[in-house]
Order: sequence, then structure tokens, then C-alpha cells
Amino acid sequence: MHIKSMAEYAANGETPEVLFWVGCAGSFDQRAQKITKAFAQILDKVGVKFAILGKEEMCTGDPARRSGNEFLFQMMAYNNIQTMNAYGVKKIVTACPHCFNVLKNEYPALGGDYEVIHHTTFLQQLINDGRVRLKEGGEFKGKKITYHDSCYLGRGNNIYEAPRDVLQALDVELVEMKRCKTNGLCCGAGGAQMFKEEEAGDTRINFERSAEALETGATIIAANCPFCTTMLTDGVKNKEKEDSVAVLDIAEMVAKSLA
Amino acid sequence: MHLVQQILFILCAGISVYFFSKKVGEIRRNIKLGKDEDLTDNPSARWRNMVLMALGQQKMFKKPIPALLHLAVYAGFVIINVEILEIFLDGVFGVHRLFAPMLGGLYAYLIGFFEVLAALVLIACVVFLIRRNVLKVKRLNQSELEGWPRNDANLILITEVVLMSLFLIMNTADQVLQSRGVEHYTLTEPFWITSNFTGMFSGLSDGALIAIERGGWWLHIIGIFLFLNYLPYSKHLHIVLAFPNAYYTRLRPQGEMANMKEIQNEVLYMMQPELAPPADGSQPAQQRFGARDVMDLSWKNLLDAYSCTECGRCTSACPANATGKKLSPRKIMMDTRDRLEEVGKNINANKSFVDDGKSLVHDYISVEELRACTTCQACVEACPVGIEPLSIINQLRRYLVMEESNSPQEWNLMFGNVENNMAPWKFSPDERDKWAEEMSAEA
Repeated sequence: MHIKSMAEYAANGETPEVLFWVGCAGSFDQRAQKITKAFAQILDKVGVKFAILGKEEMCTGDPARRSGNEFLFQMMAYNNIQTMNAYGVKKIVTACPHCFNVLKNEYPALGGDYEVIHHTTFLQQLINDGRVRLKEGGEFKGKKITYHDSCYLGRGNNIYEAPRDVLQALDVELVEMKRCKTNGLCCGAGGAQMFKEEEAGDTRINFERSAEALETGATIIAANCPFCTTMLTDGVKNKEKEDSVAVLDIAEMVAKSLA
Repeated sequence: MHLVQQILFILCAGISVYFFSKKVGEIRRNIKLGKDEDLTDNPSARWRNMVLMALGQQKMFKKPIPALLHLAVYAGFVIINVEILEIFLDGVFGVHRLFAPMLGGLYAYLIGFFEVLAALVLIACVVFLIRRNVLKVKRLNQSELEGWPRNDANLILITEVVLMSLFLIMNTADQVLQSRGVEHYTLTEPFWITSNFTGMFSGLSDGALIAIERGGWWLHIIGIFLFLNYLPYSKHLHIVLAFPNAYYTRLRPQGEMANMKEIQNEVLYMMQPELAPPADGSQPAQQRFGARDVMDLSWKNLLDAYSCTECGRCTSACPANATGKKLSPRKIMMDTRDRLEEVGKNINANKSFVDDGKSLVHDYISVEELRACTTCQACVEACPVGIEPLSIINQLRRYLVMEESNSPQEWNLMFGNVENNMAPWKFSPDERDKWAEEMSAEA
């Protein structure tokens, strides 16, 4: 399997169906790379003509903007928009809700207008259209699974149902946490917290959230964000439950269930 | 005697309206100290928000019990105001129960309905007092409420209990007087609630009853005049400002952060100098990036601060607060209002603002509080009247980082990585697609 870049498509005078915006976590973080590979594998298997920017992709600037460094954000945005506009990018899919939010809501004001879609919505569409076909009685059938709403997909962009629909398509037994959907509790990574120590407090936010997820009795915590995945995995480890409870991205679950 | 009462009443009404308008004018001026922000787009969506959020209290019903109690107080407050109109006109014209002859049999139903509402308000306020002071519900007993905010809340509730009691006592005495055919006391059908309590007063003389009825009437209306003037100094101002605040609340997705056009342009001119306007010395003075003080915030942030009734739904939804960090979104709103009031007093005293060496950030809101925010928007989502604490937090953070270079070492490293490696971690940009190469190799 060869993953083509926008440059390769352009060199052949072709245009892909969609640009897969990988994001920094998806590109470099070892755990998140698995999500990236799972999603790329699904796209490849069902024949979605997609491209990546490869070495031309840069941080969207989200952590810079949220921590207060607007200059750095604007620099990153400028460069990314220049690159994407030069390739005539129309549609973007990304597996990171932070990238999704910035690309969808914040780049248009800076001259970057694209149709941006989060990978869980994209997967739901592929399932609905019959392009992604799932195994009967796959690995997750009947399993007790809880779903963690990431802030930037949920409250940030009001996407609550698409990821749940994908889980339902996997025939899981979906159990909700006490705080879910609009009331969902943050994993603790947003607002550039991922890149610093938490401020002093009684406990860590990811410990609090993981404890709530474990209370449901689920054996899998489904996530839609590389940062949430990391934070919740750490929280599960803190409770010494890593042998019995897995934190998985929805794309990984779909990849394992492809017919 | 009647003429004296009439003159006294008009005097009281005049004084109370004068002072109320004066303070409202000050609040209006204070809000206008904020920066311009155009929020007039899409009026139909805005009216809808106002009807659903403010009038319909849609978001309150996330917590059904307080929502129902609040609905009782709110409905009571709004609807009983119709009765206050009668009381007001009675006072001005020196008449008694002006509407009774006009409405005939309907009048007793109307007053009966007001009485039911008054009783509900009374019960709800007592429950609220119990929740605050006996059950000590967590969000109503957090540290930022110590002192004046706690007293403010209790004072409002006690005042409502007293006002409603006066209204009911007045009606009870009135009905005993009616039954005795005392002059001026227009005979009506029995009122739904107070007609059951007339036995309490049956042993009293006409004179004593008139004193009770008149006393109740005067204390009730004076209480209302005082309450009117208390309102703009209190968190209770939300009963008015919830409406404009819901109208002007954000319509864009909550995840979107406001763009800074001036920095966008600066970056653009740096990258494409040919687009930069020629420097002619007439360029506007360098403005501050982000917000250091209330004047740097937008007028909507300041309206938010005056609309906040310190219910603490934001703080109880805040992940940082729930895990023991110093951040409390409610405190952000309270601090903004306190600082704005301080700036307002400064302007009252000096005609225009004279630097007092203080600012919203540092003197009111600490760096530690601001650093604890995960920008999860739970506070924004939780607010029943569309207040955005996150907007203020974001602007204060921008000031800290861009004007004071005040950021933790780890963030400075992250900035360096983003700038040099195009990723927040120290990886080589050449390895960005290494995973893709690995996938090819694996296949």
C-alpha cells in the first residue's frame, strides 16, 4: 500500500477525493500513529482516493492560539493555507478534533475555505453509503463500550451522534458515562494543557474522567481524539486497569471490524 | 389624609425612579467602555435565543428541581408585576383596587392567581434559602461567594419572602374589611388563598385592620422601590440583563476562537510586504494585544459580567475547578464586574479614567487561574443566559503571552517547536510522513 501525497497527485495532474489532514499527534506520537494507520487502511481498503500533505503539513497552530500566542498561530495558518490553496484543496478529513475545529471554523476568516469533516463523521457516511462493510459478529459485538465526547467535536461543534452511530454499527453495547454529550467532562488536554504540567489541584482531570469511564463497567473506552486517547490511557493505567480496559479510537475499532 | 398619602407616594416613586435611572445610566456607560463588537447579524436566530433562553429558561432545565423552583419565582415576579401596576396607579390616584370595578368577577380570579404565584414564590425562596444555608449545595457555597456575594443572595431571597408575605397579609386584612363593609374597601369575590386566613384577623378592630392593610400596602410598595434600586448593585440584575444577553450571545460554533485581524494583517505584511500599506506616519498608535483590563474586553464581555447571577453552573461544570484548581469561571465573571464597577467609580470621581495602577489580570484574576483552563467550553455550555467566561480567559491569556511574555517554560518550548519543527514536539519535519513510509514497507 502506498499513501500518495498532494504533490504526487499534482505531478500526475490528478485530484484526490479528499485530503487526509494527519495532524502532529497523528504524525509523530507513537500511539496516535496507530490511529492514523488504521484510518488510512480503511480509506485504502474501501477505495477512497485520498492524499496527505506529507512533509508539507504543519501544525495548524491550535496549541499556540489557545495558549495565547496569536502571532505563532497566524504564521502557521498562513503557511498551511498557502499550501492548501496552491493545491486547490476542496475537502479535508482529519482524525483530530482540534485540527478539525481550527480548519473548519478558524481558517475561513484567514482565506482558507474548505469542506472539513471529522473522521468519525466520515466513517459514519462511508458505513451509511455501504462503502465500508463491517463483519457480522465482529470483535466488538455485544461488548460493553463507553464513548468519551471530545470537547472540540462535542460542545465545540455539536457532533454527538455520528461517532455513536458508528459504534452502534459495530453492534456494541453502548453505556454512557454520567457526564456525556453537552455535559461531557474534558480529558484535561485541551487549551494547550497537553504541553504543560497541570496547575496544582486535588487530582488530575484525566484521572477524574478515566475513573468515571471505568465506573460504567465498560471494557473499552472509545475516543475520537489523539489527545483524549493519551490522557485516558494514562488515567486507566493510574487505576491499574490497563490489562482489562482498552482505550481505542473509533477508527481503530472500525479497522478491526472490516468485512 | 388621602392627599398626604398620594403626595408621599408620588415622591417615593419619583425618588426611586430617579436613582434607578442614574445607576442604569452608569452601567450602560461602563458596558460601553468595552471594545466594539458587531453582534447585530442574524436577528431571527437572536430573537429565538432570547425567547428560548431568557423567556423560556431552556437551559435551566438541565437541572430540573432548581429549574422548577426558579420558574415559580420568575413567573411570580413577571406576572405579579401586573398587580404592581394596579398598586402603583392606586398610589398615584389615591384610590383603592382601581381595577376591581372594571374587571368585575374576573378581578378575584386575577388576584387569586397572583396569590397562588405569591405563595409559590414564597415557598421557592424558602427552599432556596435552605439549599444555600442548610443543605449547603456545593456550587452555592464556594470560596468566591464568601462575604458580600453570599449576603447579596440571602438578602434577595429574604426580601422576596417579605414582599410576598406583605402582599398576602394585605389581602387578608383587606377581605376582613370588605366583609365588614368598611368605606373604600371595594367588595370583591373571595381571593383564592387569603380568603382562607381571614379568621386570623377577625378579632381585630377596623382601625387595627386598616393599619395592617395600609401598613402592608406601604411596606410592600416601598420594598419594591428599594428593591428596584438595589437591583443594579446586585447579582439580581440578571432579571433584566438576561434578555439582552441572550439576544447577543454567540451564534458561531463554541469551538471557534475570535480572530485577531490586526495580527493576521501583521503576519500577512511580513510574508507579503508588497501588500502592506505605505508607512506615512499617520498609522494608529500601537494597540494592546489581548486584554489586560476591562476596557480591553468587548462590550459583550462586560454585559456578560453584569448579567451574571453567580449561580455557579459554569464552575460546577469546569473540569479544572472539579479537580481542585484555582480556576472558577464564575469568579472570572464576578472579578470582571467588580473591576468594571471600580473603573466606573474612578470615572465618576475623575470625569475620565485615571490610572489607578491596577488591572483585571494580576490584581483580580491570577495567572494560575488562567493557566488552568482547558478551553473545554463547559462553562459556556452551562450558562443559562449565554455568558462566555472562556472568551475573557482567552483574551487575558493572549495578553499574558504576547504582552508580558508570561508563559510557562513548557509552553515556550512548545512555541519553539511549532516555529522550528512545525509541530509542538521536538521531531524533525522530515519524519512527518514516516508512518506512511512504514505502511508501504509493511505492505
